[in-house]
Amino acid sequence: MSVSYAILGLLEQEPNHGYELKRRYDRFFGRERPVAYGQVYSTLSRLARDGRVSEGGSLPGEGPERKLYAITPEGTAAVQRWLMTPEPPEPHLQTVLAVKVILSLLLGRPAEDYLDGQRRSHLERMRELTAARKNALLVDALLMDHAVFHLEADLRWIDLTTARLEQIAKEIQA
Amino acid sequence: MSTPPASHATLANVAGPIVAVNHTPAAAAVATAAAAGGRGASAPILACYDLHKSFGKTPALRGARFQVQSGEVVAIMGPSGSGKSTLLHCLAGILTPDSGEVHFGGQRVDRLSEAQRSELRRETFGFVYQFGQLVPELTAEENVALPLLLAGKSRAAALAAARPWFGRLALDGLEGRRSSELSGGESQRVALARGLVAQPQVLFADEPTGSLDSLAGELVMDLLVESARRLGTTVVIVTHEPRVAAYADRESTVRDGLVVA
Repeated sequence: MSVSYAILGLLEQEPNHGYELKRRYDRFFGRERPVAYGQVYSTLSRLARDGRVSEGGSLPGEGPERKLYAITPEGTAAVQRWLMTPEPPEPHLQTVLAVKVILSLLLGRPAEDYLDGQRRSHLERMRELTAARKNALLVDALLMDHAVFHLEADLRWIDLTTARLEQIAKEIQA
Repeated sequence: MSTPPASHATLANVAGPIVAVNHTPAAAAVATAAAAGGRGASAPILACYDLHKSFGKTPALRGARFQVQSGEVVAIMGPSGSGKSTLLHCLAGILTPDSGEVHFGGQRVDRLSEAQRSELRRETFGFVYQFGQLVPELTAEENVALPLLLAGKSRAAALAAARPWFGRLALDGLEGRRSSELSGGESQRVALARGLVAQPQVLFADEPTGSLDSLAGELVMDLLVESARRLGTTVVIVTHEPRVAAYADRESTVRDGLVVA
C-alpha cells in the first residue's frame, strides 16, 4: 500500500519515468528493501487504471521504460488524504510511518501535523488497551501489554522524529 | 462521578476574594466553549490563558493555554525542556507567570498573594512528585498525615485519617517504616496517599512513575486514577511516558512553551 502512495507522491514532485521513480524510491524509502522494477511498472499501471496517474509522452531514448507518467488531480487528492490520515495503531508500522514523514517533507506538506495526528491516534489506542487490561485476566493482558509496548516504541519514534524534522528536511533537500 | 468531599466547601475560606473574570480571555474562552456545546460547555475548574514565563532570558512558556474540567484526569506531555513542568507549577500556584491568567474555581490564582497561594496549595491541592520526597525522619504513617497536621488537625485525628490509605494503596503493615525502609514503589504509594489524604480538589502529579519499573509504575497509576475517580478529584499529570498518559481521559502536548495539541 505505501509503495503505491510513495510512487504517487514522487510523481507529485514532477512527472517521471519508471526507471527514475525506482531510483528515487530506493533512495528515500527503500534503502533496506529496494523496490523491484516489475513492482514499479505494475503499480504505475494500477494507478493509471484508477485515474491517479496519466501516461504522457516519452523521453528521448529507446524502450518502454522511458514513458513519462504524471499525477492527476485525483492522484494529488489521494496523496493528500493518505498523508493526513493516521494509520490504525498496530505493531510493526515503522515503514509506513517513515514513508509518510519523508513524503510529507519532499512535498512540502506539514509533517508535524501528520505526526501530531498519529500521536493522538496511538495514544487513543493505548488508552483503550489500558482500560481493557484493567479488568482482564493476566493471560489475556499478555497480548495487550505487548501491543502497549509496541505502541510506546512508535510514540518514542514519533517524538524523536518530530524533534528532528528540520534536520531530516535538510538532508532530503540536499 | 462521586460527590465531591465536604472539604471542597472550604475553598472559599482559604483562597481569598473571588476575582471577577468578565472581559478577560478566560471569559471569552468559556463563552466560546459554551457556544460549541459538549464537554467544554461548563466552566473549567482549572485553566490558564496566554501564559508567559521566562527564567532569565530563557522562555519556558510562550502563551500557553490549557483547561481542565472538574473530575477530569488529564496528562500534559512534551519533551524535556518543553515547558510542561513550568505549566504545572503555574497552574498549581507554585510559580507566578510573567503574564497571562491562571483560574481555579472562578478565581485568579495569579493575582493571589504568596500567602494565599500557599494556603491554596496546602488546603485545596495535592502533589505527587517523581521521587516521593517523603520526610526521612517521619514514619510512612506520619508522612501521609503531614498535610492534615499542617492544616491544623490534631495528631490523633491526622493519623486516624491517614491509616485507611494504607489498605487502599496496598501498603498494609508498612505504617511504621521510614522511607529508607521502603521500596521505590512503596515510597511512591505513600507519597500518593499523602497527596490525597486531605481530599484535594486537584491532584498535581509530576512524572509520578518516573523512578519506577513497569510493574511498580503500573500499580501506582492504577491506584492514583482509581482513588481520584472515587474522590472526584481532578488530576493533572505531567509525564513524558505514553503508558502513564494512557491512564488519563485525554492528553495535551506542550512544545516550545505552547500547548499545541
